[in-house]
Amino acid sequence: MQRIDTDQRRFRDIVRGRIRENLRRYISKGELIGRQGNDRVSIPVPQIEIPRFKYGQRENGGVGQGNGEPGDQIGQGEQEGSGQGQAGENPGEHVLEVDVSLEELAQILGDELELPNIIPKGQEKFESTKLKFSGIRPTGPDTLRHHRRTFRHALKRQLASGQYDPKNPVIIPIRDDYRYRSFKEEVKPHHNAVIIYMMDVSGSMGDEQKEIVRIESFWIDTWLRSQYKGIESRYIIHDASAREVDRDTFFRTKESGGTMISSAYETCSKIMQTDYPSGEWNIYPFHFSDGDNWSADDTSQCIKILKDEILPKSNVFCYGQVESPYGSGQFVKDLRIHFRESEDVITSEVKGKDDIVRSIKDFLGKGK
Amino acid sequence: MKGRPLSEELRTWIRKIEDIAAGYGLDFFPTIFEMVNYEQMNMLASYEGFPIRYRHWRWGMEYERLSKSYAWGLHKIYELVINTDPCYAYLLSSNSDLDHKLVIAHVYGHCDFFKNNAWFAHTDRKMLDTMANNAAKIARIAERHGHEKVEAFVDVCLSVDNLIDYHSPYINRRGSGEEDQLLEVQKLPARNYMDRYINPQEEIERQKEAFKKRQEELKSRFPLEPEKDVMLFMLEHAPLEKWQQQILTIVRSEAYYFVPQRMTKIMNEGWASYWHSTMMTQDICEDHEIIDFACTHSGTMAMSPTSFNPYKVGIELYRDIEERWNKGQFGLEYERCESMVEKQNWNRDLGLGREKIFQVRKVYNDVTFLDEFLTPEFCERQKLFTFGYDRRKDSWEIKSKDFQTVKDQMLGQLTNFGQPAIYVEDGNYKNRGELMLWHKHDGKDLKPDYGQATLENLVKIWKRPVHIRTQAEDKTLIWTYDGESFEEAKE
Repeated sequence: MQRIDTDQRRFRDIVRGRIRENLRRYISKGELIGRQGNDRVSIPVPQIEIPRFKYGQRENGGVGQGNGEPGDQIGQGEQEGSGQGQAGENPGEHVLEVDVSLEELAQILGDELELPNIIPKGQEKFESTKLKFSGIRPTGPDTLRHHRRTFRHALKRQLASGQYDPKNPVIIPIRDDYRYRSFKEEVKPHHNAVIIYMMDVSGSMGDEQKEIVRIESFWIDTWLRSQYKGIESRYIIHDASAREVDRDTFFRTKESGGTMISSAYETCSKIMQTDYPSGEWNIYPFHFSDGDNWSADDTSQCIKILKDEILPKSNVFCYGQVESPYGSGQFVKDLRIHFRESEDVITSEVKGKDDIVRSIKDFLGKGK
Repeated sequence: MKGRPLSEELRTWIRKIEDIAAGYGLDFFPTIFEMVNYEQMNMLASYEGFPIRYRHWRWGMEYERLSKSYAWGLHKIYELVINTDPCYAYLLSSNSDLDHKLVIAHVYGHCDFFKNNAWFAHTDRKMLDTMANNAAKIARIAERHGHEKVEAFVDVCLSVDNLIDYHSPYINRRGSGEEDQLLEVQKLPARNYMDRYINPQEEIERQKEAFKKRQEELKSRFPLEPEKDVMLFMLEHAPLEKWQQQILTIVRSEAYYFVPQRMTKIMNEGWASYWHSTMMTQDICEDHEIIDFACTHSGTMAMSPTSFNPYKVGIELYRDIEERWNKGQFGLEYERCESMVEKQNWNRDLGLGREKIFQVRKVYNDVTFLDEFLTPEFCERQKLFTFGYDRRKDSWEIKSKDFQTVKDQMLGQLTNFGQPAIYVEDGNYKNRGELMLWHKHDGKDLKPDYGQATLENLVKIWKRPVHIRTQAEDKTLIWTYDGESFEEAKE
């Protein structure tokens, strides 16, 4: 191990601390979305820097070289002068971009919001295998030779056979002393889970409402992914009728017209029946809308579907109501009346971006 | 750290280049080259060239930054050389042989500069050991007092490590203390019988009175004169525990070690570039290598409109000086000549150029170098300009190409390394043991958030409220941190 590794690890610890401190801001601003790679997010961390007395950046200016006349533009606002890696003559604001794995991010989220770990239901049916270098054996390729073990064996042998001379401690391993690292296959059973996102895309859901849904589902996704291996996501959008779409469409589509929530629930129930036979799957239906439904009839239809089909098969049903200037916001009240006793339905109202953190906690805080 | 062994061919080249360099009159400490891979190079660069430094996260941060930008192909560190005796220089293993030769030639330029430039004369040439010892000391302290406590205190020390007196190694600031006594009464020389007319009793009384008054005044002043080495003042007067004093001493001495490097960035890089360019083109390169050399060389010399490349300005200035002294374009006669044509064609065939630049590398630093040798013709040829930020357009733009403006801007940027000058004004402010600092305002305001955070750190050392007198938008302000909250008062 290199000496610098210790310093680098310490630095990363500090970064994690910073992310934790600023997590609420990251969540409500939705800054992290779009910075996401396969399993990593790149997070802008402000100022991990030793403070010193210094001039403001804008005061500085500098000397440059090249063609041009006074008044010519040579750089955009926030830009920092740099070149040849010798910059420093022209100090700029440092925003550090730090790569953090989604798993780590979920851990930070869990710690910060004090989310309980989810206790999965159903049997552990799915298995994944993983190779682990945990064993030692007497044969193997030279690249995997374990030098310390090899020499230890040689020493033992030499001691036992009286060949070892403490005054001239030379240890020469022979063929039999060689030890090699070996891997074992570890089979790990795990639970499988699916999140089914439903969103109202009718005319009353504006861009801001959808942004909130987007941010919230990003974090819910991140958290649930850290809890289950091989989690799946399905997306349903609805206005007066519902259809399943891919992730991209889910966040972009804007329809107009009326709202029939039952249509979404029906589609959801259908997906659950065909693709995710209960007992083996942990199912998380999430529904976001502005709470405006077509009619009281449709609402009672919704409640019927929930009671009979969705709830018995899911871990928990989550309903997030995003406040919009057009919606009546009636639906959440109806749900609360019908499911007051039930622990399987979680409702949460989101008035604006600042509410997102609380809402996430509403949904995930029960450990279901 | 163990690098890879150098190839036989490379070792031959090192010997060859060493001879060439010595042949030109370069004079250097023995130089040891080590071959490292990019990870080791990045690590060494993060540690500012030294294989062993004390534990601190900021090396890790620098390492992460370097590794990332190396991976993205944004930069590559070609060479690294440290000022010690013997000199250690690192070669990057992924470089081509031609690059290695260039770097070796460049390194001998640096080594000559380290050994001969006057500003390096007092530096610790055994710094490799000293740094390792410092690391061991801090590690021992950390074991006794806890890593977190020590790290926190190192952070605090680093926060003030620019508050040192960059010129103090060369000047005796505090004097011997004898001057004041001599000043008590100044008698004019006179023969005995004339004495009471030339030095009348009243005058002597008056002087004694004035001296007493001054003594009183001095007694109430602490320090006597504003002191620039704030770190030293803290060391001498802050209520620190012993381990804290040790750490502060280490951080301060390491900060001083790097001062000459920062004082001579342009000169040092310019000198090394001048020599690698000279040796490569005159002695080292085969015909077929010259294009590749030119490519690498021009990459190093490139100057972008928004930054200042010390390599480029340095090498061009040395060349300019060499040419001027070869042709005799200096001195009163040349200065006074009013014909532009005559000035341009001025050639006295003196051939003093080489000698002159060797002399320049011995006694100048960046500030005096530019102050003395920057000429209007040079600025125009090099297309130098000043740029600034335009608030309305939110963009950086060219401000001026005027010689004096460019020169002033350059010198301003180099003076005190472009950092605000801060002094200890009063170590017993309001007779309450509080610390008053003074920012010698030179037209540029302090950055308030950084200032505030630095004050907070200063309080951690001083243990009493700390103030700083500064200016913002032409008003005198006093910033105060009393250990709990920050306050800004107008004077």
